[in-house]
Amino acid sequence: MEKQEYTITVYTENSIGMITRIAIIFSRRKINIESLNTSPSEVHGIHRFTIVITESEEVVRKLCRQIEKQVEVLKTYYNTNDEVIWQEQALYKVPTSIVTEKAPIERLLREYGAHAVVIRNDYTVFETAGHREEIDKLTEALAEYNLIEFVRSARIAIIKDSEGFHKKLKQFEQAEPAEEVVENEYLNKQDKVFTM
Amino acid sequence: MNTLEVTKDAPQATLEEKAKTRKISGSQAVLEALIAEGADTIFGYPGGAIMPIYDALYDYNDRLKHILVRHEQGGIHAAQGYARTSGKTGVVFATSGPGATNLVTGLADAMIDSNPLVCVTGQVFAHLLGTDAFQETDVINITTPVTKWNYQVTDACEIPAAIAKAFYIASTGRPGPVLIDITKNAQLQLFDYEGYTSCNHVRSYRPAPIIRKEYIAQAAELINQAKKPFVLFGQGVILGKAEQEFKAFIEKTGIPAAWTIMGLSALPTEHPLNVGMLGMHGNYAPNVLTNECDVLIAIGMRFDDRVTGRLDKYAKQAKIIHLDIDPAEIDKNVKATVPVWGDCKETLPLLTELVQANQHQEWLEKFRTLEQEEVKEVINSELQPEEGEMTMGEVINILNELTHDDAVFVTDVGQHQMVACRYARFKQSKSNVTSGGLGTMGFGLPAAIGAWYGAPERNVIAIIGDGGIQMTIQELGTIMQFGAKVKILILNNQFLGMVRQWQQLFHDKRYSFVNITSPDYVAVAKGYYIPGKRVDQRAQLREALQEMLDHDGAYLLEVMVGKENNVFPMVPQGSSVSEIRLK
Repeated sequence: MEKQEYTITVYTENSIGMITRIAIIFSRRKINIESLNTSPSEVHGIHRFTIVITESEEVVRKLCRQIEKQVEVLKTYYNTNDEVIWQEQALYKVPTSIVTEKAPIERLLREYGAHAVVIRNDYTVFETAGHREEIDKLTEALAEYNLIEFVRSARIAIIKDSEGFHKKLKQFEQAEPAEEVVENEYLNKQDKVFTM
Repeated sequence: MNTLEVTKDAPQATLEEKAKTRKISGSQAVLEALIAEGADTIFGYPGGAIMPIYDALYDYNDRLKHILVRHEQGGIHAAQGYARTSGKTGVVFATSGPGATNLVTGLADAMIDSNPLVCVTGQVFAHLLGTDAFQETDVINITTPVTKWNYQVTDACEIPAAIAKAFYIASTGRPGPVLIDITKNAQLQLFDYEGYTSCNHVRSYRPAPIIRKEYIAQAAELINQAKKPFVLFGQGVILGKAEQEFKAFIEKTGIPAAWTIMGLSALPTEHPLNVGMLGMHGNYAPNVLTNECDVLIAIGMRFDDRVTGRLDKYAKQAKIIHLDIDPAEIDKNVKATVPVWGDCKETLPLLTELVQANQHQEWLEKFRTLEQEEVKEVINSELQPEEGEMTMGEVINILNELTHDDAVFVTDVGQHQMVACRYARFKQSKSNVTSGGLGTMGFGLPAAIGAWYGAPERNVIAIIGDGGIQMTIQELGTIMQFGAKVKILILNNQFLGMVRQWQQLFHDKRYSFVNITSPDYVAVAKGYYIPGKRVDQRAQLREALQEMLDHDGAYLLEVMVGKENNVFPMVPQGSSVSEIRLK
């Protein structure tokens, strides 16, 4: 079966260690995670992982079943690129002198819809969002103009056909609210505890 | 969790409510939870970070039996053995750091063989986490791949709910090991205890998938049309406590049934539809006829590579019906024509209702014909050799006779395991305890100790090779101290036999580091005050086995068997199941 890019969306409890539990399902099989994003979902207390890998559908399907098997995972979806709307964000730091002096830069930024986030005497930070290829192209172009620093975010994606689960999620959270995460509140109290 | 805030906002407690709560320590809460869950036996080993729990245990001695093992790996294997014969959840205590890492092999074994376990590990104080404190290890992350669920407790208030959840998750759905790591401060901390509430629901966790009736109907349709249907069953039948439902299904449909080693004993050996063992060293007929059946019905088994051999030549002619509680198993190795998700305790009766009563005499005859071939070529000389060195098979054969097919066999891993599983005869379920998926050498002795605590009324016999016994031989100390009446049968071929067999067959007989030597086991046992005997003559064998069984207490019997005997039949690696070799 052909390998292609898949976006895997995982709804989970907000519990400590979920990243490991999910990440090892890939690393165990020596699959490289190309991009991983975790964030809250639209429903309070439920987290959303967006993972991008390149694999065959059969492998992806098995992976998703094993992810869904984890006790704290609610639901897992996998989608091809044409089934999702996705974006990645990028930040570029360029010397301000170059921006003001070189005309092609302005054209480039317009072309890629980049916005200035910070302008200082010494450098300017631009932001853009889009598909990987577009961002890569802009990076390549800016590299010729003393690009100082570049960072690209993980992919975030919305599944085109996902209304069904949203409703279920809402009902789910209403029926039984999430438990609070208990974090370690003792880490900064080292001096006050007697230990042996 | 900030408990102060919770009490501040809560309405004023009435006197009655106040009487209900009392201050107890986190450690006490752990033990209260175990009692509430019906746990009676703990296999454990103390250490610095779990000392508060052991201190509390001092006062619970009348309600909780603690077996002090000699190594944490022994503890967890014992808990596995206990779980397998009792059907209950095994409980393990270990300290932080090395105590916890010593559990890892057992966790991996329990994970792959679906044993319900709750392991409680001590951990350094919460404020020391991440500081490389004495005996600190990142137990949660080390054990994540080998636990069904794990959780670190840093506040005593979390303990009752965490343990409740642990028991629920370990024992429901497809069972598995759960680990709760409790920092020392949480063990020591006093908190308002409001009693124990067991857990029967975790919102993100669905132990069993919803049963889809349409698939059951499709499965029944396939079965009703089948001319050569064949049932494969695994441990799912035992874990689902569905032995009766399973028997009813095969008896109504008249379908021959073969087992994986994890499913062994779910169906009595004597049952006319029991056609034997699957897989690499399984029986001839079920392997060959896997590639001849028209409908293959897999029940609570996971198509392990040791069962299927080469996948692209596995049952390609057959329609596959796969019943499993774990959706991740469906289509994992063998694509199902009809997937039947669910607990087989529920799905089997639904299926039985829809299938027509049938008989498949001619088809069954095929199994019996091939079986005769195997009896002639392999089994006769293995079970009743007239001369030459003793065989492992003849030992098992006499043992069956002397125990009236009603003992619990606990095996280690290797040739003796395959021989024991092939030739053991069982009347009742939960009689075979073995390390199936992980193949953990050293499993046998500690698992047998636990198996005895799980079923002390039964005759528990540990069958172990001369390699495996030396991996966990320290557990003789546990037997010495606590008196588990385990019979230890060492089948000594003076080799790491299975590896030697492969080296002989596939590596030009280049015997590389398989000639393991043995201590004087009888003397070792004597050192532990366990009586024993060594037998190297066929004429003494029966009497020696009888003596072992008659002894009221633990006993070690070493039987010297042929050095270079091989286990046959065999499906060579990379071959199809129907290419199984008889010699």
